Amino acid sequence: MSAIMRPRARMRSLAMLPLAALALSACEHSAPPQKNSAASAVAAKPGKPAAVAFTPPPLHAIPDDAFGAEVRKGEALFRNTAAHAPQYVGNTLTCQNCHLDAGRLADSAPMWAAWVSYPAYRSKNQRVNTFQERLQGCFKFSMNGKAPPLGAPELVALEAYSYWMAQGAPTGARLIGAGYPKLARPAQGWDYARGESVYREHCALCHAADGQGLMVDGKAWFPPLWGPQSYNWGAGMSRLDLAAGFIKANMPLGNGNNLSDQQAWDVAYYIDSHERPQDPRYMGSIEATRVAFHDGPYETYGRTVQGHRLGAGAGVTGGSTVEHMMQARGAAAAPLRD
Amino acid sequence: MKFTCLASLGFALLLTVGLAAAQSSQPAAPPAAADAGAAAAQMALARQIVLHGSPQGAHACATCHGEQGQGRIKAAFPHLAGLPRGYLVRQLQHFDVLARDNPSMQAIAHKLTSTQIDALATYFSRQVPPPIMPPATPPPALGTELALQGRNAVPACVTCHGPGGRGLGGALSAAFPPIAGQPAVYIERQLKAWKQGQRPPGPDGLMGAIAKHLSVAEITAVSQYFAAQPTLVVASAPEVKP
Repeated sequence: MSAIMRPRARMRSLAMLPLAALALSACEHSAPPQKNSAASAVAAKPGKPAAVAFTPPPLHAIPDDAFGAEVRKGEALFRNTAAHAPQYVGNTLTCQNCHLDAGRLADSAPMWAAWVSYPAYRSKNQRVNTFQERLQGCFKFSMNGKAPPLGAPELVALEAYSYWMAQGAPTGARLIGAGYPKLARPAQGWDYARGESVYREHCALCHAADGQGLMVDGKAWFPPLWGPQSYNWGAGMSRLDLAAGFIKANMPLGNGNNLSDQQAWDVAYYIDSHERPQDPRYMGSIEATRVAFHDGPYETYGRTVQGHRLGAGAGVTGGSTVEHMMQARGAAAAPLRD
Repeated sequence: MKFTCLASLGFALLLTVGLAAAQSSQPAAPPAAADAGAAAAQMALARQIVLHGSPQGAHACATCHGEQGQGRIKAAFPHLAGLPRGYLVRQLQHFDVLARDNPSMQAIAHKLTSTQIDALATYFSRQVPPPIMPPATPPPALGTELALQGRNAVPACVTCHGPGGRGLGGALSAAFPPIAGQPAVYIERQLKAWKQGQRPPGPDGLMGAIAKHLSVAEITAVSQYFAAQPTLVVASAPEVKP
């Protein structure tokens, strides 16, 4: 019998992990290495290498040998992350919540494109990161857990799965569909009230009005978009440009590229204007953390939205949404305007 | 609220509660005796139409869909039993205006009043879905893959239609109905209708967009998969008799 329910945001003491300033940030795409492939290249812009088309092999082509077994392990972990890497996962999300079709879908940060982009220099931590180090960032931030040590079986399985998917892709090439689409900055900026309206119309059916998604048999069926079970403030998805790109290309699930760019920016802003688990690189105050890690134009951490300064972390101030927190403080609801 | 205490609740109960919640724009389920009388009258009205047709000349539902809405698999008449009330109301409205292109159902829906539609939808939503016999041959691998994993831009069908295609309950089931155990030919016709723009594509145009990505072979395979899935048996759903 299935247990299907709307989760409530749970209060949970948050483990704050003051880490070195050089920690990885999840889901952030480093500049692709400047290399080109002649094969099936398309429309190169001057000064930029042409992007290369690539299609990953079908899942049934996974070989029936020891290597194939490792690939399948990685695929299983990708689909059901908490079940296969429980010690490293701190929320109810799975890898494929952000990397759709189990990491195979173009414009949804596909793993075949990530594979050929590493090792890569990342300005975030100012050094060259290996692929496994990049995966560590996903666990620490997007999964709000902790990084498996380099060489951990979980990382090896994910590495095998990604490598297998990327077979035939030119190393270092800019692949079509890598990462999330980059949207131009919106003419109207972004707006909480407009975002809320988009959310209610296009998102709330599955992700619920309170953003907590749907639980089925203890798993996040529709992932929570904020609150204690969602990605933390250090995750790439907490950046508006990345969230807007993902939303534009992929949401509503099954009918992507139907929202306007403006709608995608607005709803990304609405979603990332809610509390979520603290950035594990927390520096002791919101302001210090904001200056160190969230000073960019697409960050909401440390900004005041709807009368609430974001960055307290879900579970710390007694609720997952601005509205809940304001109610808890007895504050009158601010007008829906930033 | 703890997940664990909720988890002990049966799905059937959740479905019932959820359906009531989903239909908040409609009168809530009758708690008082007077309301119970009204509910019984509504079921009596529905049964009359189901068995004998409506005074305005709508055909008896039972002729094709069965007295309890069990459907007829061999004739590709879908079962209605246990489908969400809101979904059933919407379909009758769509038939009426030919948004769903089905002359037989249009002729029927056009003769039904909104009160009758409401009564019939309530009646069928409270029936127990028919049990589905396991198929002689397992569903094709392609259908299983599409249903459970999806492919490219097509999400796994179970994402919205729930585990085994039995729905996710509440407002979600009203938007994304259970499809388990419906006749394969019926499911196939619906996917083709969406593909050709002949059926309203549902919330956010999802089914229209998804069906357009599916090949004919994929439609056949995934239809066979869901036709072979057991329906949810709503054990605790109230059997309302007139």
